[in-house]
Amino acid sequence: MAQSTADVVAANDVVTDLVSDWSAEKEVFKVHWGKAMMWIFLLSDTFIFTSFLTGYMKVRISSTVPWPNSSEIFALSFGGDPIPLILIAIMTFVLITSSGTMALAVNYGYRKDRMKSAVLLLVTAGFGLMFVGMQAFEWTKLIVDEGVRPWGNPFGAAQFGASFFMITGFHGLHVSGGVIYLTYVAVGVLNGRYEKKGYDIVEIAGLYWHFVDLVWVFIFAFFYLW
Amino acid sequence: MAAATEEGQQHPLSIYIGIWLLLFVFSAASYFVDYLQLQGYLRWNLILIFMMLKAGFIVAIFMHMAWERLALITAILLPPLALLVLIGMMSIEGDYTYLSRAEFFGVDEAPIVEHHHASGH
Repeated sequence: MAQSTADVVAANDVVTDLVSDWSAEKEVFKVHWGKAMMWIFLLSDTFIFTSFLTGYMKVRISSTVPWPNSSEIFALSFGGDPIPLILIAIMTFVLITSSGTMALAVNYGYRKDRMKSAVLLLVTAGFGLMFVGMQAFEWTKLIVDEGVRPWGNPFGAAQFGASFFMITGFHGLHVSGGVIYLTYVAVGVLNGRYEKKGYDIVEIAGLYWHFVDLVWVFIFAFFYLW
Repeated sequence: MAAATEEGQQHPLSIYIGIWLLLFVFSAASYFVDYLQLQGYLRWNLILIFMMLKAGFIVAIFMHMAWERLALITAILLPPLALLVLIGMMSIEGDYTYLSRAEFFGVDEAPIVEHHHASGH
């Protein structure tokens, strides 16, 4: 009982904070300005990716031709029987691993452990490169070996290619941009560029990187598994 | 939960490593939904549940949303709800387009009902 009363008081405090943050005629978000801006950028990116995925949903619902079976198309054989979706599963694990190293890099950044933070940032960027490399392999296989084009493919609904190239291509561009961004931040951390400004930059870069992983979660569910 | 301090977000490493492992488990689980070829509502529900769990943990813990002030949380998490309207409208529109095409051009190879459900909602 005492616990739940304390919870109610705490919840009231949170709402009071919300009202005063917005009505106090001063900065609303009491965070580093770069962090607020990154969040607003990611909000806009959310709208872009959701629009892509919604477009994909719409063409898939309205197609009178069967949608290609992604489980078979993205299967890969290592000498034996093809394993369904295996490359995509590995790509998913690579991206999640990179999210983990990123979270650790943010933590060591705030502890001003420059060496560990920079190394973890570079490892994260390395996993990002690995992801883009596997995506390049996947695209090559689909375009060259399977004959998938944005306007048609041998497996079924013609819209499959357009959806696939737009969605995974835009995501891959985000990963590539993130690799460059993380490398830039890692070099700065190593050189002590942020000693005076503080290590918020690592957390801000981390927000971007986690978002890229977040988008992949939705692409994996809706495009590959559905 | 403690609010973020002036120096930024600092939390024990164990939280990150725990969430990291959870994300691995959920990813493996959603992969096995496909590997075991589960179909129908079971498949779609499992995919959505694992997806929401992964997305929730990434945003809440890795992106520190759980420790932010309500002003930032609402400013970032409420606007995307507008997208549900888009998704709803496009879903209706997709059904309409499908039925129009089936009416005027016919349906290739797939029975209407079965394919329609396979398209997903």
